[in-house]
Amino acid sequence: MINSKTSDKVMKGVFWFSALLIISILFLILGYVFVEGIRVVNLSFISDMPKNNWREGGIYPAIVGTFYLVAVALLFAVPLGVLTAIYLVEFRKEDNLTSIIRISVDSLNAVPSIVFGLFGLSLFFYYLKDFTGGPTIFSGGLTLGFMILPTVIRTAEVALRTVPLSEKLGSYALGATKLQTISRIVIPSSIPGIITGVILGFGRAAGETAPIIFMVALNPTMPEFPYLFSQCNALTTQIYYLTSEAISIERAFGMAFVLISIILISNYSARLINKYLARNIRR
Amino acid sequence: MNHQKREDLVKSVLFVFSITASLILLLIIIFLFNEAIRLFQEVSFLDFLFGTKWNPEQGLYGAFPFVFFSIMATLGALIIAIPLGVSCAVFLAEIAPGWARDATRPVIELLAGIPSIIYGLFGLVIIVRFIKVSLELATGETILAGSIILAAMILPIIISISQDSIESVPKSFKLGSLAMGATNWQTLRKIILPTALPGIFAGIILGVGRAMGETMAVVLVLGNSENMPEVVKQLLGKEGSSTVMQLINQVPEILFKPGEALTSAILLEMGPAQVGGLHYSALFALGVILFCITFVLSVASNYILSRSQISVR
Repeated sequence: MINSKTSDKVMKGVFWFSALLIISILFLILGYVFVEGIRVVNLSFISDMPKNNWREGGIYPAIVGTFYLVAVALLFAVPLGVLTAIYLVEFRKEDNLTSIIRISVDSLNAVPSIVFGLFGLSLFFYYLKDFTGGPTIFSGGLTLGFMILPTVIRTAEVALRTVPLSEKLGSYALGATKLQTISRIVIPSSIPGIITGVILGFGRAAGETAPIIFMVALNPTMPEFPYLFSQCNALTTQIYYLTSEAISIERAFGMAFVLISIILISNYSARLINKYLARNIRR
Repeated sequence: MNHQKREDLVKSVLFVFSITASLILLLIIIFLFNEAIRLFQEVSFLDFLFGTKWNPEQGLYGAFPFVFFSIMATLGALIIAIPLGVSCAVFLAEIAPGWARDATRPVIELLAGIPSIIYGLFGLVIIVRFIKVSLELATGETILAGSIILAAMILPIIISISQDSIESVPKSFKLGSLAMGATNWQTLRKIILPTALPGIFAGIILGVGRAMGETMAVVLVLGNSENMPEVVKQLLGKEGSSTVMQLINQVPEILFKPGEALTSAILLEMGPAQVGGLHYSALFALGVILFCITFVLSVASNYILSRSQISVR
């Protein structure tokens, strides 16, 4: 028999070990991508057009395309998500309708990315082809926007709920109306949380592959006027293309390095902005 | 306009915006089923779901191999991720000193933030090669490789939800147990984990949904051959007969064979499929299966979570 003191110590060791293992998994993945990526990444890799079917030159169109797609996604999801959150938090008591909205948001969040891809294909590529022009920045960006909408709604909701009741009551006590309270008290003090949500949505949208895989071009393509309705490349889909077609694993790692850098920088800046604003908004 | 009227106006405008999420969900359902329905006019739903032969050129649409491989890879991922994830959650909630918690939490957020295509790339180059070399297999692109990558991908969600539910166990439960002379581990095993179990279970269910729906990582490491392994054919009773024990003995073999998941099939075959054709419709039908699985899992886990929060308070 193992006595209870010994098993206590053993289990403590097990828990420490599991946390260390998970930390090392992250560093293994990040470290490998950085080591492999840094070999091919330089200024011209980022700023040049690709040559010879992405084997030489840079990956500029993929970076530009990713930003276009994500911009469309955010333009759709952020206003809509924040307004939804304001409605849920400020205007509605918990009832059947809010629970329907909440179940929808949770379910939408759980929909697999490839199913969004199918949906975008069917809706934008074929059904609304005359309007969207098929596989365009508009189609891909909106599909991504649908996908990140739940993330934005949830983080905005959390941000709005953290506004102290005392501040709202203070505003009402001074004779402010509900709309004044929302626009002057609730929204300004939840801005840091909302910005965090926006940046999280940015990172998530930039890293998605499956929803846009039917919507982007694989040959080097720079968006042209009218930008919204022209084709583009994306980093994620190019990584897949270069890997699955065995064109160049080295350059796929270069793109992965750029993609991870974009996501890491955005996550880190979200944290900084959040801290900075949280300190400065509450005078 | 007086302010009451203005408030009502704003409220109704916001209402319209707030049903967008529900609207998108509804549209997804409508469009998926609308495309999939053409298949079911030709192939019965049961033949589609349990059919074991998938060969679009011959008009054979049996989705079972894909469902099977998705489930196998997910089960493998759970075997790795549940012990690791729950013990990491216990570490974060109960054991870690402040600095260790501060060091681990961003790691888990980052793990959740790494794009799936990068997991796939890493899996293909490192894990697939490692499996091939260390186990001396013909190819490292196996269910096992898929399970390992999926495990890493679902760890963050299992950890964060388990941690929340462990932390929501009332402090008095724990103190009561410690006061009775129980050790930390006894308290954890007999008091804290049982109380937090519904929440942990909900996190695992969400992880299952994630794993079943994961596309890019799986398509790169699973090897993509939908040829049904012998053992599955026997399970279905189509070829020969064997005892249950023989079947169970063969299950580990499947781990070391390539497979093709539901998600991979949709991704890989959409290119060759002719728009509006039966094949195209069949791929949407695979999407319907995926959607139904993840929808049910999500609703179930949210139901468990909302119930368990009430009971804890």
